[in-house]
Amino acid sequence: MSIYRNLTIKQKQIVWAWTFLAVPVVFYSVIRFYPTGTAILISFQDWNLLGARTWTGFDNYIKLWNDPVFWKVFRNTFAYLLIGTPVSLVLSFVIAYHLDKVRFMHGFMRMLYFLPFMTSAVAMAWVWRWFYQAVPIGLFNNVLASFGIAQIEFLNSTTNALPAVLAPAVWAGLGFQVIIFMAGIRAIPTSYYEAARIDGVGWWVVLTQITLPLLRPTIVFIVVFSSIGFLRIFDHVFNMTTNNPGGPLNATKPLVLMIYDTAFNSFNMGYAAAQTVVLFTILMCVSLIQLRLLRSS
Amino acid sequence: MMKTFKGLVVASLTASSALLASSATADVEIQYWQYYYDARVTAMEQLIEGFEAENPGITVKMTHFPYADYRTKVAAAIPAGEGPDVVQLFYGWLNDYIAADLIQPLPVEAFSPSEIDKDFFPMVQAMKKDGAYYALPTAVRSLALFYNQRLFDEAGITAPPADLDELIEVAKKLTKRDGAGNITQVGITTGMTAQDHHWFREGLIRQFGGTPYNDGYDTVSYNSEAGAAALQYYTDLEKLHGVTASGFMDEPQAAFKAGRAGMHIDGSFRIGSLKAIRGLKWGVAELPAAVDGTQSNYSSYWVNAVTTKAEGEKYEASLKFMSYITSDAAMQIWLDVVGELPAKPSVGLTETNANDPVFGPFIKGLAYAHTTVFANESSQRQVLVDMVARTDIENQPIAESLAIAAEAEQKILNEYYSK
Repeated sequence: MSIYRNLTIKQKQIVWAWTFLAVPVVFYSVIRFYPTGTAILISFQDWNLLGARTWTGFDNYIKLWNDPVFWKVFRNTFAYLLIGTPVSLVLSFVIAYHLDKVRFMHGFMRMLYFLPFMTSAVAMAWVWRWFYQAVPIGLFNNVLASFGIAQIEFLNSTTNALPAVLAPAVWAGLGFQVIIFMAGIRAIPTSYYEAARIDGVGWWVVLTQITLPLLRPTIVFIVVFSSIGFLRIFDHVFNMTTNNPGGPLNATKPLVLMIYDTAFNSFNMGYAAAQTVVLFTILMCVSLIQLRLLRSS
Repeated sequence: MMKTFKGLVVASLTASSALLASSATADVEIQYWQYYYDARVTAMEQLIEGFEAENPGITVKMTHFPYADYRTKVAAAIPAGEGPDVVQLFYGWLNDYIAADLIQPLPVEAFSPSEIDKDFFPMVQAMKKDGAYYALPTAVRSLALFYNQRLFDEAGITAPPADLDELIEVAKKLTKRDGAGNITQVGITTGMTAQDHHWFREGLIRQFGGTPYNDGYDTVSYNSEAGAAALQYYTDLEKLHGVTASGFMDEPQAAFKAGRAGMHIDGSFRIGSLKAIRGLKWGVAELPAAVDGTQSNYSSYWVNAVTTKAEGEKYEASLKFMSYITSDAAMQIWLDVVGELPAKPSVGLTETNANDPVFGPFIKGLAYAHTTVFANESSQRQVLVDMVARTDIENQPIAESLAIAAEAEQKILNEYYSK
């Protein structure tokens, strides 16, 4: 106790600060850093869940590098990111921009857009999966057939399947992004718009010179948030293709699904951990790059 | 509630008897683990009750887990001394369990290998290693052809197809299309993702004169003329004869349950869920034979084994429990409650069981069934799923797709057996 008493006020403040910080620090270490560390460790080992782990050096990474499925999955993951993020960004902005101007039943409309975000991804994926089925049960194909148009293979196709799986994922995330955008739009001081109106500038100039630049922090947040979401896409793909997860012919398989499959169907924990480390690295790089790009200038 | 109460009573009795008469031998409690499936748990509860009545002094505590967590839990618990004394596992995991030192061989005195060879259906021999059995099943599963009686009557078909050519003819009569040519009712369901990959490996390939693997199941041998003929037959169902559409109504069993499929190949475990569908009139027949009469089927099973955790009194009790749950009476209970087939001909081929209109065809199928020894079932299935997808979506020639599949599957086997 005497040690504590002899401390200066500043030092005592530090002691207390760390005492309070200790709780989240310990929590974070146990919940976040310890599993991450273990995953990195296991990625250098061979382990089938039973039995002992054996060291294998870089074997898992070498195998990953030479695995054609991994590269296919890698491309898919980035396809989800590169199609999903811009599409959802533009759509959600357009909706938020116009929804902001709606006066009639504004709250109800906003609720309608937000509803999919609250719905369970599993239930949603199964409903969309039913939409995509062939005649006689699929909704879309039944509509096409009733107009005498040939059926479209939505899911049983190597070209259509990925966009077909991505569509509900984008749709489901829209509600959240719309709400964030609307909050961002509302936060722009009305005085700028009043000044613009007095100067007599058109809506386009208002949009590009006032609204969008002032929305930068909101856009940064949504881009980073939705990129991470699309890079980690799993539940939509898994539930829409449960018969042939990530199929057909790996056309829809994202990295997380490959990790799941390797770990819990093949019980190859080391290999799965190596894939996890790669995903972790990608997520970190993409987030850092985006934060840097969008912060400067 | 009742169970907790029972448990409490047992526990307090055990505790008090230990206190009062420390010299007398205390009751033994052994742990039994299986994965959660409603009917299996009910059947096992009945078996445990019967066992405890016959063996006073031994209590069996059953624990079950969702299938997804099962392997992890077992792997973590046994080395820690916390897990089961008798454990249920999928036959395909046996090598992994032995390698990890999780289970021990059954003593040859009590479980004589030659007796077991004689008494059980031959496929259980996959559980034998170095002259001793490591595990034994209570029940086994095989494949058969389910057919929709109402659609058969409507199309004027009197009997299910006996051979593969008849299968096509019957399926043609059962197929319906709308005005635009879209299929609205399939003659037979297909989908490698369901049970068709087993039918293809151990059924079709053998019926066309080939073998799917060598005897040790570590070398793929279906990249042959027989293999190509089998794949040709399978893909022709959709492409040439137009009697099926893979992925029709999402899942083969869904199409059959909805009454939109005339025939459907599936396992005996499907019986229970089909019985629950009101208004569906269905029958079961043995898998169609080859045109030359060759029959072949696939069977799989879950087995019970004594873990390395069981020692001393618990080991003795576990052995007693093992022999009880692999007894004839246990197998009959399993058949009645779960609908899975007895692992011994003495039970399976009784007059009543073998002539049962539902179980009969499955039980007869056991006599000529093969059990694939999988290194990694889901990956090996995926290889066949992709093989058919390449011919279907990308129009790849049969021979080419078959060769790619054989090579991919061999890679999986090599990786597993080289360890």
